[in-house]
Amino acid sequence: MKVLLFIIATMLIHSSGLMAQDPIRVGSKLFNESVILGEIITQSIENAGFDVEYSDQLGGTRILWNALLTDELDIYPDYTGTIVFELLGETEPLTIAEINRKIEVFGIQITNTLGFNNTYALGMRMDHAEDLGIEAISDLREHPELNFGFSNEFLNRADGWPGIQSTYNLDGSNVTGLDHDLAYRGLENENIDVIDLYSTDAEIDYYELKVLEDDFGFFPDYAAVIVYRSDLNKDVQKLLGNLEFTINEADMISMNADVKLKGIDDEIVAYRFLNGIFGIEITHQSDNRSDRLKETTIDHLILVGVSLALAILLAIPLGIAAFQFKKIEQLILSMVGILQTIPSLALLVFMIPLFGIGTIPAMAALFIYSLLPIVRNTHSGLVSMNNGLKESAVALGLPKSVILKKIELPLALPSILAGIKTSAVINVGTATLGALIGAGGYGQPILTGIRLDDTALILEGAIPAAVLALLAQWFFDLIEKRFSYPT
Amino acid sequence: MIKVRNITKKYGATIALQDVTLAVKKGKTVALIGPSGCGKSTLLRIMLGLVEPDSGQVEINEALLSKESALEIRQQVGYVIQKGGLFPHLTAYQNCALLPKHLKTSKDEIEERLQELCDLTGIEIGDLSKYPSQFSGGQQQRISLMRALMMDPPILLLDEPLGSIDPLVRYDLQSDLKDIFKRLNKTVVLVTHDLGEAGFLGDEIVLMNQGQIIQKGTIQSIVKHPNNEFVSQFVKAQRNHLEEIE
Repeated sequence: MKVLLFIIATMLIHSSGLMAQDPIRVGSKLFNESVILGEIITQSIENAGFDVEYSDQLGGTRILWNALLTDELDIYPDYTGTIVFELLGETEPLTIAEINRKIEVFGIQITNTLGFNNTYALGMRMDHAEDLGIEAISDLREHPELNFGFSNEFLNRADGWPGIQSTYNLDGSNVTGLDHDLAYRGLENENIDVIDLYSTDAEIDYYELKVLEDDFGFFPDYAAVIVYRSDLNKDVQKLLGNLEFTINEADMISMNADVKLKGIDDEIVAYRFLNGIFGIEITHQSDNRSDRLKETTIDHLILVGVSLALAILLAIPLGIAAFQFKKIEQLILSMVGILQTIPSLALLVFMIPLFGIGTIPAMAALFIYSLLPIVRNTHSGLVSMNNGLKESAVALGLPKSVILKKIELPLALPSILAGIKTSAVINVGTATLGALIGAGGYGQPILTGIRLDDTALILEGAIPAAVLALLAQWFFDLIEKRFSYPT
Repeated sequence: MIKVRNITKKYGATIALQDVTLAVKKGKTVALIGPSGCGKSTLLRIMLGLVEPDSGQVEINEALLSKESALEIRQQVGYVIQKGGLFPHLTAYQNCALLPKHLKTSKDEIEERLQELCDLTGIEIGDLSKYPSQFSGGQQQRISLMRALMMDPPILLLDEPLGSIDPLVRYDLQSDLKDIFKRLNKTVVLVTHDLGEAGFLGDEIVLMNQGQIIQKGTIQSIVKHPNNEFVSQFVKAQRNHLEEIE
């Protein structure tokens, strides 16, 4: 029946000539399951003839939710528990119908469950749990010496650690926040004893983990659903509806294992699933490493180049203004200083309501980060000019503007270039975070590599980023040499 | 040519200049001399508008020095400081050509003028493509003087121009300077702490202390007829120990 509906819907869409519309924008979070679900959503819509733009592994829940609110995305997969507790701030579970009534005002709706529940759980190494005789979460109270390593999101969510800590009255002195995918490695290396799990994680079997019983029934349901904008094309909404009740828990664990443990590409895993359920055929083109490298390099260069160029254009005049107008000197210097103190990840998130997701907000954040070193070095280079030289310049009878252009700026040039160099190197590194909000670049393989536990993929982003940083440094050294004079 | 009237300048509670009045006639060389902190350099800077006095007026070549007139007046005045004040990122040529270029002087005229000044100061024209750091201290002062003379200004203000030059080179430069001043008929104000140099170069010597002019006159009148105890002490202190040996 489902297959039939799918095919009919597909045919309808094909015949109604909707091809010319704007692409449907799909997003996913930064973990395997979300990426796979996003891929499944993408391919099933694409298969119906729509143009789809898939921004995978964007940062956390807030980034995606905000992107939906600001009409930067149309669709992303999430879980009922997350929506209820994290986004709506409720204290009691809600049904899907209740959720839909609550989020209607935002112009957002969710589908029915995709068919599985991926709740949070706490896990330990099987042998370790047996040694200590730990069966359930409440048993952890007897062992305050255990080290807890939780994903940062879990650590801060009301339905995560803060809730479980107060419900079970657990000691919280040995808690560390870290990336979920890295937590498994920490557990394996025995640096960490207890981690948060998703109940559909492929690693539970692989690492022989003990899922601790939630004996107080703290963790609510986390039914997988698709979140979408209410103004989404009705035919696409129908396609999303077709995915309801199609994936059970075992399916999801097996798909997670295919990607994470067997190293099969997300796209292929999603395709196989859709092919199995709906019999759809998609010619899958896998890109090779050099194509991918070319793409990430271009993305990264654009991110860094544009943001740095714009920063130079603004920062040098700001530095000059700070030098020439004593009244605004402190204002300018402290303003750019304050901007620099915003944590990079937070700055990226702040940019989303202003610029949405993708390249532009990442560029904006990098631009802001690049300002301080250039402004400060321009200013200090001008201020530190020898008094005798300054006096000689004035005494010659040259107007201020000529002194600035011919004497002050050239003499401050080494300092200004050093500032630009610092900015460029920081910028190249920070730009890898841009992948969290869909800007691509070298951060993309790094994020995917961390998610898939694939060192080669991590290096595919990390090495070129390091090389680019060195090249940037070398390039500005060369410019500096070009303008140097005997001293 | 230069008239300074009732100039007073204070830095906080410290008095740098107290009601100073001075006139320099056309074609004459006046040497300002006195102990450190007597206000001689401040007075020179005030003549160029580099320092603004609390009260009093400066008149250069019949024009009253003000914020508006400063730029034009400075272009008629050559200024040389102790360590040359040459811009290290520009070659000697570029240093000299800075103001003429700004004033839209043609390249031919600039080069013609440079040739004249090279002859005058004894610098090889071929060396002008070097950077300041590639010249000796004495040569740097010569180039600095060339830069000051590029637009042929009627007035030269020199602040300890030979202050950091070693004695042998200094002796030569002093003679050259005297020769140049007279040959070009410039009105010169020179700040120095060396009475011998002041006497050798200056038609008139102005001895200052604590922001005031203590005695004005030729070197002979100052040495032979000191106005007061300070002047005779100052003269005595400047006498070389060599003379005592003789």
